[in-house]
Amino acid sequence: MSGLGAFLRGLRVTGKVMVNTVFGDGLVTTKYPQEFRQKPQRFHGRHVLNRYPDGMEKCIGCELCAGACPARCIYVRGRDNPSDEPVSPGERYGYVYEINMLRCIFCGLCVEACPTEAITMTHLFEISTANRRDAIYTRQELLMRPDGSVPHMFPDDPLAQLAELDTADGWLRATAPSGVAAYEGVQAWQGTPGPASWAPEPTQDERDA
Amino acid sequence: MDGVDILIVVGRVLAVFVLLLVTTIFNVWLERKTIADMQNRVGPDRAGPFGLLQTVADGLKLFFKEQINPSKVEYGMFVLAPFLAVIPALLLFMVVPFGRPFTIGGREVLLQGADLNVGVLFILAMSSLAVYAVVLAGWSSGSKYPLLGAVRATAQAISYEAAIGLSIVSVVMFSSTRAGGTLSLAGIVESQAGTYLGFLPRWNLFPQVVAFVIFFLAIIAETNRAPFDLVEAEQELVGGFHTEYSGMRFAMYQLAEYMNIFSMSAICATLFLGGWNGPTFDGQIPAWVSAVLPTVWLLIKTYAVIFAFFWIRATMPRLRYDQLMQIGWKRLIPAALVWLILSTVAISVRQFGLPWSA
Repeated sequence: MSGLGAFLRGLRVTGKVMVNTVFGDGLVTTKYPQEFRQKPQRFHGRHVLNRYPDGMEKCIGCELCAGACPARCIYVRGRDNPSDEPVSPGERYGYVYEINMLRCIFCGLCVEACPTEAITMTHLFEISTANRRDAIYTRQELLMRPDGSVPHMFPDDPLAQLAELDTADGWLRATAPSGVAAYEGVQAWQGTPGPASWAPEPTQDERDA
Repeated sequence: MDGVDILIVVGRVLAVFVLLLVTTIFNVWLERKTIADMQNRVGPDRAGPFGLLQTVADGLKLFFKEQINPSKVEYGMFVLAPFLAVIPALLLFMVVPFGRPFTIGGREVLLQGADLNVGVLFILAMSSLAVYAVVLAGWSSGSKYPLLGAVRATAQAISYEAAIGLSIVSVVMFSSTRAGGTLSLAGIVESQAGTYLGFLPRWNLFPQVVAFVIFFLAIIAETNRAPFDLVEAEQELVGGFHTEYSGMRFAMYQLAEYMNIFSMSAICATLFLGGWNGPTFDGQIPAWVSAVLPTVWLLIKTYAVIFAFFWIRATMPRLRYDQLMQIGWKRLIPAALVWLILSTVAISVRQFGLPWSA
């Protein structure tokens, strides 16, 4: 008879789940192309090559990202800046920058390795392509436009999430990036200096209030 | 019998046919939606309103797909087997009365494929014939997994048919105390009209509750549904007996399975839940509503049984094969036999008095 009890208890579990799904908020799946979820701040999506506000490229062609990449999917070639029309504020700039998105594992080590925060990640993950050649992103696709917007591979696609490209991922910093003593020991989410601007961290006074 | 009578018969058969096909389309959708709800999912919702046309889309896809003939099949049997599955599934519902007989233009029209006076035996015969399709499919596929599925199907069907038969016997004997004894399903439905004590419907369920439980468990096994779906246990046997089938032949097995579920649930509702009996609201509703109402009652009862099928499928893990055999031979058949003896004794005492009271 304990078998019958277990049987009925099992039926009760599925019955409760069904009631909760139909009448309550038990549904855990979303109808994806119509509904979107808020992604976590640290979400690792497609990369972007940033510029300074004056339009200069941040990348100095040092190839540290390529060295850090565990999947060996980044190919960088640096070249001296032309003296009359420099591309980056440093000595060199990355005149070839390619990421093979089919190999990329979106670990974010390139972002951590970059000394100038030139490469960061966005929240866009819809990057499937119809052929392998399109999956190799070059400077053309990766580099932010001078106005700060990021080019999308297929901007005319009805499912293209253009806004996600303007959202940079975040990382955790033990102290505030500015090095202000008031933030010492405070853990806070901070957006990578990508295309987006997160809400500024509250100051100590605001937190105390 | 003139032309109109023949037309009526053809119309009845067509009605059963259409009813089965339409409900199959609906049932596949309903099962997927029900199980999705029980798993916190959305389920099919792309094709048509609420995804109702998903089954139609799947059916069309299968219809246009290639029918592969693996090189080692016994071709004749391989082609024949899907038809052997569909035909008994269609015939099974023919004897179920799905509405109150009505008179139109001086002719009585039965809402039933055929009112056989051996309806119950016909059900047992057709549900046994369905096993041949599985066995022949497994054997003619020339492949080991279908063969294993077919061997399982044979043993399972034999075990559980005995339980079905014995539980039906006690129902038939019980209804003989009311309707003078009949194997016709129409007669069994009519014997369940009225109420106990003024409120409880006179369904066979209440006096025959043990037979109902046995019958319900056995029809789950008979239609090869979870948790008794060892015939097509995906994790062990790929697809079971229909592993080698593709295209429309595969679709026919699916069709047969869902038609069997619907028919068996309708038979369960007919034998135990009063069939098309229900509140009639005489004189309070338009005539056409009261003509349709019995069919609605039967459908509601049938879908209650079908929902229980889906619910159990979403809940229970598949049984091991020896557990399946144990439940069949050591639990259901003895229970059905004991219940048959008990209800026979009770019926005899009520009819003839105690043996010593002569």
